[in-house]
Amino acid sequence: MAELALPKNSVVKAGKHWPAPGGAKAVKSFRIYRYDPEAGGNPRWDTYDVPVDAVGPMVLDALIYIKNTIDPTLAFRRSCREGVCGSCAMNIGGRNTLACTHGWAEVPGKAVQISPLPHMAVVKDLIPDLTIFYAQYASIEPWLHTTTPEPANEWKQSESDREKLDGLYECILCACCSTSCPSYWWNGDRYLGPAALLHAYRWLIDSRDEATGERLDALEDPFKLYRCHTIMNCAQVCPKGLNPAKAIAEVKKMMVDRVI
Amino acid sequence: MAAYEFIDHTFDVVVVGAGGSGLRAALGAAEKGLKTACITKVFPTRSHTVAAQGGISASLGNMGKDDWRWHMYDTVKGSDWLGDQDSIEYMVRNAPAAVYELEHWGVPFSRTPEGKIYQRAFGGMTSNYGEAPIQRTCAAADRTGHAMLHTMYGQSLSKSVEFFIEYFALDLIMENGVCVGITAWKLDDGTLHRFRAQATVLATGGYGRAYFSATSAHTCTGDGGGMALRAGLPLQDMEFVQFHPTGIYGSGCLITEGSRGEGGYLTNSEGERFMERYAPTVKDLAPRDMVSRAMTLEIREGRGVGPKKDHIFLHLDHLDPKILAERLPGISETARIFAGVDVTKQPIPVIPTVHYNMGGLQTNYHGEVVTLKGKEPDSVVPGLFAVGEAACVSVHGSNRLGSNSLIDLVVFGRAVGLRLGEILKPGASQPELTAAQTDPHVARLDRFRNADGSTPTAELRAEMQAIMQEDAAVYRTGESLQNGCNRLQALWQKKSDIKVSDRGLVWNTDLMETLEFENLIAQAVVTVESGNNRTESRGAHAREDFPDRDDKTWMKHTLAYLDQTTGKVKVDYRPVHNYTMSKDIDYIPPKSRVY
Repeated sequence: MAELALPKNSVVKAGKHWPAPGGAKAVKSFRIYRYDPEAGGNPRWDTYDVPVDAVGPMVLDALIYIKNTIDPTLAFRRSCREGVCGSCAMNIGGRNTLACTHGWAEVPGKAVQISPLPHMAVVKDLIPDLTIFYAQYASIEPWLHTTTPEPANEWKQSESDREKLDGLYECILCACCSTSCPSYWWNGDRYLGPAALLHAYRWLIDSRDEATGERLDALEDPFKLYRCHTIMNCAQVCPKGLNPAKAIAEVKKMMVDRVI
Repeated sequence: MAAYEFIDHTFDVVVVGAGGSGLRAALGAAEKGLKTACITKVFPTRSHTVAAQGGISASLGNMGKDDWRWHMYDTVKGSDWLGDQDSIEYMVRNAPAAVYELEHWGVPFSRTPEGKIYQRAFGGMTSNYGEAPIQRTCAAADRTGHAMLHTMYGQSLSKSVEFFIEYFALDLIMENGVCVGITAWKLDDGTLHRFRAQATVLATGGYGRAYFSATSAHTCTGDGGGMALRAGLPLQDMEFVQFHPTGIYGSGCLITEGSRGEGGYLTNSEGERFMERYAPTVKDLAPRDMVSRAMTLEIREGRGVGPKKDHIFLHLDHLDPKILAERLPGISETARIFAGVDVTKQPIPVIPTVHYNMGGLQTNYHGEVVTLKGKEPDSVVPGLFAVGEAACVSVHGSNRLGSNSLIDLVVFGRAVGLRLGEILKPGASQPELTAAQTDPHVARLDRFRNADGSTPTAELRAEMQAIMQEDAAVYRTGESLQNGCNRLQALWQKKSDIKVSDRGLVWNTDLMETLEFENLIAQAVVTVESGNNRTESRGAHAREDFPDRDDKTWMKHTLAYLDQTTGKVKVDYRPVHNYTMSKDIDYIPPKSRVY
């Protein structure tokens, strides 16, 4: 029986409004998803007013300001603050992106709405449980497979072969793509999702890898690869400008090519 | 106090930290048949190694003739002769094999037309003992750290390392001067864990967040250093903090030295390429401490750029846009996002920014933590290893050359694995842990969890960062350092009045940042006290009141011990190793450090 409404304990209730410290007048409002696993109860939307002059331009700057100055209980993942580690991926103004490279002034709407990456179990506040995402990544065996004895020096790789890895190796595993994919929402336990598949392709076309056949064998299955229906949310949201949909299409072509 | 219970684990080896050095050490230990755990407070690929840009140095000789002896000379000179030359020899001789190993694991290095690993020029790397800049830094565009860390994590999935992800390490479990394991707090369910191990490897990185502006991630809080100080161990050479010349003005985001390696250069308000004056031979590719000092002097003397004349320009706009896209795509993007600059048309506004800690837990070149015991300066602390930025081998001495950190991680990560394989028997029985050993750890956690003073952690942390930024900057004076010591002492006392708002145990980031703050302030105190104590200038420690290097008095490593109750520091010393590892190269005697 299809469940068309959110489970009762997932319905997000109205929360608290936190005015700007010091009664500042020029403020930007941030409407943030909160959930306390130890208190239980439903998640809620808390609204924080942030003085525009006191905070840097990125959404992460605002989150840190809120945590430091207004409410230290707000929990979110962050590390590098420069868009390379992938920790701070979240849903901002309805789109998945990195908080640290997204300017809050560009977010449409009166308040900047921030919630965790969609359709993942929420551990606390903006922190999703990414266990299955990481397991899917591990399942595509993201390491170089070779049977030829290793050379004393480096494997040779031409500049044009190395170029084939551009647009793939830069992936930071932020999960913006997979958690923006409706197909991943509905079949996230069996469909590998854009990120894992992009990485599968990264190893498939690395000229040094010698397990092409085995890698493609592993994707022969109705769900792992073929739940991609070219919805293209992944390419739209990737904060590094990568195109998982294209990588997936290339994998599908390789699957066809070896049967013909 | 609420009753806390431990969940117990037993391993042969526990590695704390899953960055480049932690992963390499864990892989090495697992390869030797040792039951290995890797505990990390962030998912492994979030570790700050991922942000390293420019490259990893090794004398492969792919771009022209190179020799490990030249690399050794450059590193010794770069360290301003405070590096231990036996460890440096070990590093540079093992470097090529370490790079080939990474490539065999699949790191997507950039390539030369012959299909070999591409190497770029980097600061302080020269041919023929200082003759001219040499291309020694192996690179994957300007995302080398990302390429390495992701490859190493993938590799670790194929081996039998057991990961404990998003566990925050609390303290070392010590018994009569022997390390027998660690305690940790599991974030996603709030449980406490005891890890019993024959050997504990600290690979927890640096403590850049002791400063207001750093290229470091928010997670760079030196947790291993804090744990060591609390266990009564000293930290070595903490006064040497590296300021990277080109952090973006404002955000502090890193712009790789590789941008100068590809032909970029710095200019002042007069449009002058001023490094030609300070380092005639290597110019903008002088070692980082020298470039940072030059930039600071230019700004001080009124030749800074911008409306406040308080920073410098880095020019890449004369370079071929195709080269920029191929070799420096990452920083092109970073400059666009954080400085609003198109690097093909405009210069990047930059300023010296805290980047690396040469100091840390003193080790030998096997990664074993050693300490001063009576007259013996190299007494091994049983059961404890350290590697990476958390360690002080010392290969970087008083200043690290760029691209020598990534190679440090993998060479010594491997060395740790080898040593563990030599001295440990897999599955050897270990003594039971006792409550007495871990009660203080739990008490500390509980105290902070319930802290109800008047000053929130964020406020105390901001105060510490401002003090460090002002009093322990590129240039220091006795006055500024003493001022820093006094101000930090006062702040240390305020710790007892700290306020934590979140009382939970599941993902309590308020509590975690408070524990991190305690690690940071301990290392901040030790940094300024060590700096105040060293009355000479050497490498990154530049004293305006003592502008010269004084080998007669100061050719020695600083050891700093911290009394947790009083916040007072006791300073002692260890000699610099004045010998090499083998007979293949003689000790390189100190001389004047000019470029």
